[in-house]
Amino acid sequence: MSSLEAARDTPRAVAITTRPTRSRKPGRRHLLPGFGLTFGITTLYLVLIVALPLAAMLLKTFSLGWPEFWRIVSSPRAISAYWITFSSAAAAAVFNGFFGLLLAWVLVRYEFPGKRIIDGLVDLPFALPTAVAGLALVTLFGPAGWYGQVLVPLGITVTHAQLGIIVAMAFTSLPFVVRTVQPVLEDIPEDVQEAARLLGATPFQVFSRVILPLVLPAFTTGVVLCFARAIGEFGAVVFIAGNLPGMTEIVSLLIFIRLDEHNYPAAAALATVLLATAFVTLFLTNLLQAWQLRYADKSR
Amino acid sequence: MQTNPADASLPADPRRPQSAVAWGLIGLAYLMAGVVLLVPLLLIVVTGFREGVGVYLANIVKPDTLHAIFLTVLAAIVVVPINVGFGIAAAWLVTRYDFRGKRLLITFIEIPFSVSPIVAGVIYLFLYGGQGLLGPLLAEFDLKLMFTVWAIFLVSLFVTSPFVARELIPLMQQQGGEDEEAALSLGANGRQIFWHVTLPNIRWALLYGAVLCNARVIGEFGAVSVVSGAIRGQTNTLPLQIELLFNDFNVTGAFAAASTLALLAVVTIILKSVLERKTGH
Repeated sequence: MSSLEAARDTPRAVAITTRPTRSRKPGRRHLLPGFGLTFGITTLYLVLIVALPLAAMLLKTFSLGWPEFWRIVSSPRAISAYWITFSSAAAAAVFNGFFGLLLAWVLVRYEFPGKRIIDGLVDLPFALPTAVAGLALVTLFGPAGWYGQVLVPLGITVTHAQLGIIVAMAFTSLPFVVRTVQPVLEDIPEDVQEAARLLGATPFQVFSRVILPLVLPAFTTGVVLCFARAIGEFGAVVFIAGNLPGMTEIVSLLIFIRLDEHNYPAAAALATVLLATAFVTLFLTNLLQAWQLRYADKSR
Repeated sequence: MQTNPADASLPADPRRPQSAVAWGLIGLAYLMAGVVLLVPLLLIVVTGFREGVGVYLANIVKPDTLHAIFLTVLAAIVVVPINVGFGIAAAWLVTRYDFRGKRLLITFIEIPFSVSPIVAGVIYLFLYGGQGLLGPLLAEFDLKLMFTVWAIFLVSLFVTSPFVARELIPLMQQQGGEDEEAALSLGANGRQIFWHVTLPNIRWALLYGAVLCNARVIGEFGAVSVVSGAIRGQTNTLPLQIELLFNDFNVTGAFAAASTLALLAVVTIILKSVLERKTGH
C-alpha cells in the first residue's frame, strides 16, 4: 500500500488510506481497471435477459386496458385460484416456520449422531428438481403409497386435494427458515443466555425472552421467503394436486391452462398479478433485512 | 464459545444435549427429517432401481429419455458458463466501484429469484413468441425461438442468473479491493489482477455458485415447460420427460429418470457441503 499512498498525494487518497484496511465499502472510486467492461457486460445482460422480457409482458398487460384487466383478474375462477394458492402457501409457511425453527435450533445447539446428514438433507428440496419431488410425494401419499396406506384409511386424502398442494409447497420451500435462522442462532453469544440463567430465568424464559427476540427478524424473513416460494411453486404441485378447477387449481396452473388455450391476454394479466405479489414480498424481505441489520448492530 | 476461558468450568462439550427436553427436540428433528426429507429421497432411488440396474438402464436408453438427458446436459453446458461470467462481472462491478444507480442494478440482479417459474416462462413468451413484442420481427426473418432449444437456454439463463453473483458479492464486499489495488500499484494489469489476485480469492465461492446454478438448470420445470413446447425427442428436458412418462402411466420409466436426477441432487448436496467448509459459509 505504501507506493499507492506515495503515488496519490491528494487529500482524498490520504483519507482513503487512513481508513481501516477491511472497509465495508470498498468500491468508492474507479481506481481498479475494468469499470467500463463490467458495467457494459452487466447492464447489457440484465437488460437483455431480465428487463426486456419483463417489460414485454407488462406491455402486453397494459395494452389490455384496465376494464379488461380487471375482468380477467377478478373472475371467479381466478379468485378461487388466488385463495387456494395463498391459503396453501400460508399453511406451508406456518409449518415450515415451526419445523424450520426446530431444525435450526437442534442443528446449532446440540451435537448428536447423524447431525451432518440432517444438515445435508435440509438442502435436498433445493437440490432436487421439483418434478422429482412431485413424483415422490404423489407416490408416497397415493392410496397405495407408503404414507397413503396409513392416511387414506383414516380418511385423510392428500393427493388430488388441497392438502397435497400444502405438502408439495412445504417440501419445496423447507430450507428457507432453517438457513436464515441458523447463522443468527450461531451468533448469539453464550454469555447472554448464561446471564439470563444466572438471573434466575427458566429455560423457557431464556428462549422466549432472550433468544426469540434476537432471531425474530431472521425468522420472519425466512417465513416470508418460504411463503413467496410456495406461491410460485409449480412443478411439485402439478404432480400431486390433480388440477381440478376451483378445488386444486393454483394460479401458476391457471396461467398454464390459459396459455394452452391460446388465451394470451388472460395469461399476461394473471402472470402480472403473480409478479406484483413477488415484488411486494421482495420489498418486504428487503425491509426485514434492514431490520435484521439494525438488530445485529444493537447486539454488538 | 470454545475460546472463552470462562467456559472451562463447563462440561467438556457444552453442546452435548443434557436435558430430556433436548433429547426430545432432537428426536422430533430426526422424525421430521426422516419423514419429510429422507423417505421421499429413498423412495425415488429405491423405486428407480427396484427392478434391477438392467431395467433401469433399459429405461434410460430409450430414445426419448436419452434425448431428454442430452438436452438437459446441453442446457447446463451452455447456461452455467455464461452465468458464471455474468456473476463475476456483476460482482466485480458492484463490489469494486461506486456509481449512480447501483442499488437499482442490484435489485435487477436479484429479480429473477423472486419471479416464479411459470411467470419466467410467460415473460419470454411475450417477448419472442408469436404473440410477443419481437414476434413479428422474428417472423419476418423466419426465425423461431419459442418452442425450440433456444427458448430453453434463454429461460434457464434468466432463472439462474443471480446464483453466482449472489455468492460472490458478499464475499468480495468483505474482502475489499485492497489486494487488487496493491497488485495495481505493483504494475499488474487488469487481466493479471483478475487471474492472479481475485480468482484465487473467490474460487471456492465461484464453484459453489456454479454448483447451485447447475442444479437449478438441470431441475428447472415450470419455466421450461412454458417455452419448450415439450415436444418428445426434441424439446423435452429430463424433468419434463418425467411428467410425460408419469402421465403416460409409464411409472418405471418416470422413476428411472427421477432416480437419475435424485442421485445428481445427492452429488450436489455433497459438493455443496464440501464447498461450504472451504468457503467458511
